[in-house]
Amino acid sequence: MAKLPESASQTAGPYVHIGCVPEFAGLERGYHSQLGTSLRADLTGDPITIRGRIIDGMGDPVLDGLVEIWQPDGAGTFYTNGKGFGRAPSHAETGEFVIETVMPGAVIDQNGTLQSPHLALWIVARGINVGLHTRAYFSDNVAEDDPILSMIEPTRRTTLIAQKGSNGYQLDIHLQGEKETVFFDV
Amino acid sequence: MSKLTDIIPRDFSLHPPRIAPDYRSSRSRGPIHKPIGFATTMTEATGPTFGHDVLGPNDHDLLINHAVDGGSAIGPRIVVHGVLRDGDGRPVPNALIEVWQANAGGRYRHKKDAYLAPLDPNFGGCGRVITGEDGSYSFRTVQPGAYPWPNGGNDWRPAHIHFSVFGMAFSQRLITQMYFEGDPHIALCPIAQSIPDAAAIDRLTARLDMEATMPMDIRAFRFDIVLRGRGATLFENQMEGT
Ligand SMILES: [Fe+2]
Repeated sequence: MAKLPESASQTAGPYVHIGCVPEFAGLERGYHSQLGTSLRADLTGDPITIRGRIIDGMGDPVLDGLVEIWQPDGAGTFYTNGKGFGRAPSHAETGEFVIETVMPGAVIDQNGTLQSPHLALWIVARGINVGLHTRAYFSDNVAEDDPILSMIEPTRRTTLIAQKGSNGYQLDIHLQGEKETVFFDV
Repeated sequence: MSKLTDIIPRDFSLHPPRIAPDYRSSRSRGPIHKPIGFATTMTEATGPTFGHDVLGPNDHDLLINHAVDGGSAIGPRIVVHGVLRDGDGRPVPNALIEVWQANAGGRYRHKKDAYLAPLDPNFGGCGRVITGEDGSYSFRTVQPGAYPWPNGGNDWRPAHIHFSVFGMAFSQRLITQMYFEGDPHIALCPIAQSIPDAAAIDRLTARLDMEATMPMDIRAFRFDIVLRGRGATLFENQMEGT
């Protein structure tokens, strides 16, 4: 078949919450089920919480962003039917997003390599022209020789690692600046 | 159970740059570093898929899915339809498409939208569909209005509908906007014009479709969508059903 060019991306704009998390956006009537709200209920594994904010180049929190999550269960198995998919919108006043899920299992790759437990994240918001792929690893659960992290210079590697604290894990996404998050072309 | 395939690398020349200076918000929100590429792994080759059971009976009908007492949204009645394909031309079946938009006056149902145009009590502005076996989709709505937005000048968005599209793999995830044939605002819009390729902007522009237009009822617009193509098989039978 002839190759077709991919449709061009456009920013999700300031109202992505209407389309993707309508209950969170305050739509009082609409769908019977908002998607991406049941990671922890759908997957077996140890419950974890990750909190963070998306920070722009001026140092300000993004208030109209959305973090999408894709992950396997605690045993490293991916599922169909929406299991393993989550959505964490930025809070409209604080910018904080909260991911309530389970610790993903390590994933064995097609060439037999073990990848450290991680969440795939996809970030969209006003001002982001093409959705940004990144990952969240866990400070207490990272292999020294992880094949993806090893590709990244050590000073930037830390931008992908959620830090364990007394209140769960913490991971800010920096769109620009000294601490700019590593984004992937995947 | 499904085969998982490699995903063809993205051709960034078809997409807006991370920073498009005329679109002011992208100046402080577009990353500076180039994204880092690596060979497709299990994580990106898989992705969320949804069954038709996630849909409510009116999710595909924005004319009535927020209406009260048998009412209908105000504005030009339209049906938007098309086919979702991947880069190899294969239809993408069973894929979730979410849409959101302003009402016919150009106002979003959102607490931060303070535009002068009034809310329509019968219009919410979001809908969703799942593609059929042939990759086709269709939803009914009102044609949204153009609206002004803060970008440093006298900027008005062309009438548009936001699309969020899922494929088979998380790396195929796409958010875009659909424009309407003949809208003079497209050429003036810093967001539409952030796409460097005129043909790519044209492909985001829906065409009036008189064949699918229903006499005395509703006009049709045709909008086809293409996700990134898939390559060689990486894994087989790796996904667990429910
Ligand atoms: Fe919009």
